[in-house]
Amino acid sequence: MDSVKQLRFDVAVVGAGPAGIAAALAAADSGKTIGLIDDNPAAGGQIWRGAHNSAQPSASSIWFDRLNKSAVQTVRGTRVFHAAQGELTAESDDSATQISYGKLILATGARELFLPFPGWTLPNVMGAGGLQALAKSGLDISGKRIVIAGTGPLLLAVAAYARQCGAKVVAICEQTTRPLMARFALKMTLVPGKAAEAVRLAYNLRGIPHWTDCWPVAAFGNRRLESVRISRQGQTSEIECDYLACGFHLIPNIELPRMCGCRLENGFVEVDEYQQTSIAGTFCAGEPTGIGGLELALVAGEIAGYAATNWEDRARHLFSKRARYQKVVRILQDAFPLRPELKNLARPDTLVCRCEDVSHQQLREHSSWRGAKLHARCGMGPCQGRVCAPAAQFLFGWEIDSVRPPLFPVRCSSLAAIPSHSAPRN
Amino acid sequence: MSESVTVRVNGKPVTVRAGATVAVAVLASGATCRASVSGQPRSPLCGMGTCFECRVAINGEPQRRSCQVLCEANMEIEANG
Amino acid sequence: MNKPAEIVIVGAGIVGAACALELSTEGLRVLVIDEGFPSSGSTGAAMGHIVVMDDSEAQFAITRYSQILWDDMREQLPPAVEFDPCGTLWVAADETEMAEVHRKFDYYRERGVNAEILDSQQVREAEPHLRAPLAGGLRVPGDSVVYPPCAAGFLLQKARELGARAIHGQPVASIGKGVARLADGTIFAAGFIINAAGQSAPKLSRGINIKPRKGHLVITDRYPNFLHHQVIELGYLKSAHSLTADSVAFNVQPRKTGQILIGSSRQYGAENSAVDESILARMLQRAFEYMPDLSQLSAIRVWTGFRPATPDKLPLIGPSPEDPSVLVAAGHEGLGITTSLATAKLICAQILGQRPAIPIQPYLPSRQVTAEAHV
Repeated sequence: MDSVKQLRFDVAVVGAGPAGIAAALAAADSGKTIGLIDDNPAAGGQIWRGAHNSAQPSASSIWFDRLNKSAVQTVRGTRVFHAAQGELTAESDDSATQISYGKLILATGARELFLPFPGWTLPNVMGAGGLQALAKSGLDISGKRIVIAGTGPLLLAVAAYARQCGAKVVAICEQTTRPLMARFALKMTLVPGKAAEAVRLAYNLRGIPHWTDCWPVAAFGNRRLESVRISRQGQTSEIECDYLACGFHLIPNIELPRMCGCRLENGFVEVDEYQQTSIAGTFCAGEPTGIGGLELALVAGEIAGYAATNWEDRARHLFSKRARYQKVVRILQDAFPLRPELKNLARPDTLVCRCEDVSHQQLREHSSWRGAKLHARCGMGPCQGRVCAPAAQFLFGWEIDSVRPPLFPVRCSSLAAIPSHSAPRN
Repeated sequence: MSESVTVRVNGKPVTVRAGATVAVAVLASGATCRASVSGQPRSPLCGMGTCFECRVAINGEPQRRSCQVLCEANMEIEANG
Repeated sequence: MNKPAEIVIVGAGIVGAACALELSTEGLRVLVIDEGFPSSGSTGAAMGHIVVMDDSEAQFAITRYSQILWDDMREQLPPAVEFDPCGTLWVAADETEMAEVHRKFDYYRERGVNAEILDSQQVREAEPHLRAPLAGGLRVPGDSVVYPPCAAGFLLQKARELGARAIHGQPVASIGKGVARLADGTIFAAGFIINAAGQSAPKLSRGINIKPRKGHLVITDRYPNFLHHQVIELGYLKSAHSLTADSVAFNVQPRKTGQILIGSSRQYGAENSAVDESILARMLQRAFEYMPDLSQLSAIRVWTGFRPATPDKLPLIGPSPEDPSVLVAAGHEGLGITTSLATAKLICAQILGQRPAIPIQPYLPSRQVTAEAHV
């Protein structure tokens, strides 16, 4: 039988991306015991993946430096899969861990929205963030031809990073409209620091075709990607490439907040000005409260960390800084709505659920997510619907059902390690 | 500390930079991670542990998400995409 | 004989679907109404084991009859139904349970059910992941497994091909006196109404005693060839007999996908569907005792379901105590999938005034009223 570890923290922070790191460090100022729990081998989340051992100084290295010097206990490779009444249960490679806490800060970040189109399941078709994550994890993309598609500012960041790695970025295909893209660029210059960032980005992306009103129609290849067909201004064309990095912006990882009982508003975790959720003593910062990017995540994380350790006046000092970056949430929402043409990319035989190989046609027969799950097995695979449920929601308008443990597939022995409480949470 | 690490993917030695994940080793070897339930070859999609397309067997243990496992010397990886 | 006017079936779970098909096959006009989508009740949570049971003559009769009906149908079942004739392996942990193996063997053999006694070594050859030592076991090769939502879906689909109509997402407010009334006020007239509403059956027919018995199930990722039979501990029977205590028992099932279904638990009075961590842990620990390697398998989902249970563990099949035009077909506890086809035959026989293939008395709802009157 696997061993079961016990950990206890005054403040437990789940998710070691920017929001979680900022929260943990702010909370650590109080002298209380702080645990920073993440399922990856190292801290950093998505945007700072691999940055902890980067030789070059960067914005993130200051944070990692502080983290390493702090009293925060980083618990790596540990995946939280259950939460109830002041206790988390998590799993790592060799054991299960029960984590009890006084206060909880949820910084579980976001993942990409994937929409199905013919050929999207071919090897080397990845998310935009997906390609970036793999490149940061050691994938050598120098000299490779990459088409970047989908929507959102992540496409530009990935394009810049890919180029930095020596890849040939053939085109950036953004589905939003030209006017919306222009308005996005303009509005972002009004957010502190973003104007300079935009100039740097534009410089880094010089010469790369950047098309709006443009989206992937199909991917082709025999056993791996060979070319992509894109639609642009009513015309289609084919581009040969080695990788297609395609993602349609971000969706919040709200599964753990939901299991904790946190109330949602429009699909995001509802928080008050101190980043506290509807559950007293449970805070949330970063993308699960609204997709708003790095700077917002950092300041909201800090506020949550101070609030969770009863340092309200330090938290309040950051309110105006947060307000400046809070605008980004609205700017992003307005700039990248998904156009209706994207609902028609999938053909009847295009798979929607990749875990169970369920096609669009099989899903069309059903009128609810639950019915589709039971009868077509969509969402019954190990990803537990993380890939296909948001796509199904976009394609069919289905509401996704409630969250049950385990939040991730875990060993049966870990399931048995969930502590028993008097009343199960509804 | 070594700058690179060598693992075996389907019996073939593959060398990657230190700190690289098993998913990267599989891709570098030219293999695909897994075969879907209807037999399609699949490789990583999300790169962050949520899509499960990167599952391989590592040292005999099946269904491991390779994008979240760091390569260690002499790891035996079976990727049957 | 005059054909009755339309028959309304309340409930599109396995029992309602089976009744719809049987009645449509006889040329009767059927309308199936479900408050949700098909199989959104107990059928959607069920394990899908088709098993001949020997708790009582009446239970044996209906499970055996129905198991044969499933076998007769197997060639028609599409792949999505995942029919798998894997058989059941009852395992005995000690000599007392081994005596039970012998008793079961004799009981089945006397009644023409194929069974085979396995000793300690043979039982491990049959299932290599079982721990050693076990006293032995009983293999019943004629039992099988299906995927319940698609099985019910198939039956309903065949019924529709024969002219049955189905309405989903419409709760039924009341039934009786030849009328089924929806919550939205719509009225359907019917010669007979079949109450196949499972958990909700008592809401529609007074005087029937069905209580929910909550169960938990865990399903793993795909591990082909890990498990070959539905494996159940004989101690299961001890827990299924208790009327009040929460209990767990080792009960695992191989699915055609290669996934393993791990059960089972029984709880009374637990009416909310949230996962109960305490009983989940107990259930898993029990499973690990018999099959330690299960502990290392990846569990993808946990869910709960409610078995509609009657006090004497037999289903209610027959006229409702207060209105003979309403036929109850509910209260199948953990044998709904198994006995659905036989239930449909018995219901159909009653409607057509034909002699049922097995005696119907043990299942009549009126027995509950009589039982209460004698208390």
